[in-house]
Amino acid sequence: MTKNIGQPASWQLAENQVTDEAVYHSRRTLLKKLGFIGAGTLLSTNTQAIDWFSSKKPQVFNTSPLTFKAADTSKQTLTPESKVTSHNNFYEFGTGKSDPVKNAQSFNVDPWKLSITGLVEQPITLDYDDLFKRFTLEERIYRLRCVEAWSMVIPWIGFPLADILKQAKPLSKAKYVAFETLYDPKQMPGQNSRRIGGGIDYPYVEGLRLDEATHPLTLMSVGLYGKTLPAQNGAPIRLVVPWKYGFKSIKSIVSIKLVDKMPPTTWNILAPHEYGFYANVNPEVDHPRWSQASERRITTGGLFARNRIDTLPFNGYAEQVAHLYKNMDLTKYF
Amino acid sequence: MSKAHTIFLLKTVIHLLSAGLLANLYYQAIVDQLGADPVEAVLHFTGIGAFNLLLLSLTVSPLVKCFKWQILMKVRRLLGLYSFTYALCHVLSFLAFEVQFNWTLFIDEVIERPYITVGMSAFVILFALAVTSISRLKKQLGRHWQLLHNWVYLALLLIALHFYWSVKSEVIEPSIYVLICLVLLWLRKKKLTRRFTRRVH
Ligand code: HEM
Repeated sequence: MTKNIGQPASWQLAENQVTDEAVYHSRRTLLKKLGFIGAGTLLSTNTQAIDWFSSKKPQVFNTSPLTFKAADTSKQTLTPESKVTSHNNFYEFGTGKSDPVKNAQSFNVDPWKLSITGLVEQPITLDYDDLFKRFTLEERIYRLRCVEAWSMVIPWIGFPLADILKQAKPLSKAKYVAFETLYDPKQMPGQNSRRIGGGIDYPYVEGLRLDEATHPLTLMSVGLYGKTLPAQNGAPIRLVVPWKYGFKSIKSIVSIKLVDKMPPTTWNILAPHEYGFYANVNPEVDHPRWSQASERRITTGGLFARNRIDTLPFNGYAEQVAHLYKNMDLTKYF
Repeated sequence: MSKAHTIFLLKTVIHLLSAGLLANLYYQAIVDQLGADPVEAVLHFTGIGAFNLLLLSLTVSPLVKCFKWQILMKVRRLLGLYSFTYALCHVLSFLAFEVQFNWTLFIDEVIERPYITVGMSAFVILFALAVTSISRLKKQLGRHWQLLHNWVYLALLLIALHFYWSVKSEVIEPSIYVLICLVLLWLRKKKLTRRFTRRVH
């Protein structure tokens, strides 16, 4: 089944045909956001409120509809789009969960360059259009489990990372894949200021073992909820590894490099006793400062939502991925 | 304006702000208008609110000493009690909305997670101080009241530590709070060292 929004032949046609609609939608989102920011400003401690006195109109990050193979209707309740796009850990745009949606609106992702290099036969460079055209896009409904013990259910759109890697042809020496987020302090205020960026050394880096990277569940996402990714969710392209804690799913990627040694990863550098390289969702291994045995699933419903559920090994994907870790002591390699 | 009027006005402002913000917070959270995760927002707001109010109540006596604004002494207890109210909301929200009355989890967290243990210790102190702020009890305690209420400085340090420990990497804001706490303690260094040396003798 193919979901066509505005019946276009390709995602790009879609973008041309529905510009009006897209603008309409983004205006609606802006209004919604203003309402949201109105409440948030009152309460948050480090708000970057809208600059009411600036003559510039507030910019809005535009998303456009995609064409893709739609997923089977999920049995799980999805997290509403408004929550998926307003509750983000993306420290490049601020450490508060509602900072990225406010600070990332003017993020410019076109032109973009994603390079696949290192131990490969065929290095590849993808530009902005390639991200959406070169591979077959499909929808995947995945649970996202944050290391902070909350979770969401998100309809991503993308293609398996394996598809890129197949074209790049990793050499036999390649054992790991290293990822890097864009480094652009002019656009990303968190990279410019240690206060806004939470004291992280940028660029944000992540890594996977090659067998994890080529696993069919490992997705390169270019969209969610039928449209290209909003800036705060990691536009234009991000990783989604659904059986690992959310911080592994690195956003706004510019470099994928095949290497022979385990690459450094941002949160592991910052606090090695709290965040490991593997970071597989594991209810048996607590974070030193809180329990990982259960989580709060963010869907609808306010304060009284009874949303605490048990956390499953590998975030419920054990059947598909547990074999990757047999004979490994997961309390040691957390 | 008479003295009584000023006090009335000050108290009204404190009531309106503290209770008003709290009521607004829970209303927004219940109707799901407080961001994607109202539970987190409520924990943050009540935690910071309790801390801010406690710091305000502890700035009263330095201000009185410095500027002779005696009148502020009349609102110190109210600020302290609101700090406790916010702390109570913080702890109850953790129990009701974060762990959702999973008592085993609640007790495990209080025992096993140092930053929660520290928060709980601070809460126990604030609770004792709030209860003994009732005028009749204050009279009954006499000299001991002041001794008991000096525990507020320990609570202050515990809360600063709890805050610092609760964050993932963004330590600048809690560091500023630690600094403010140290300044407030430094302003009282005579009193505190006196108390300390007297104990030793
Ligand atoms: C049993 C007692 C307590 C528990 C279980 C508790 C729990 C928590 C939790 C879970 C957080 C982290 C919230 C998050 O990052 O999502 C937190 C943060 C905080 N708590 Fe507590 N707390 C307790 C006592 C207190 C007390 C007595 C105070 C102050 C009077 C306090 C002040 C704070 C502050 C200032 C923060 C940081 C707020 C922020 O993250 O912006 N806590 N507490």
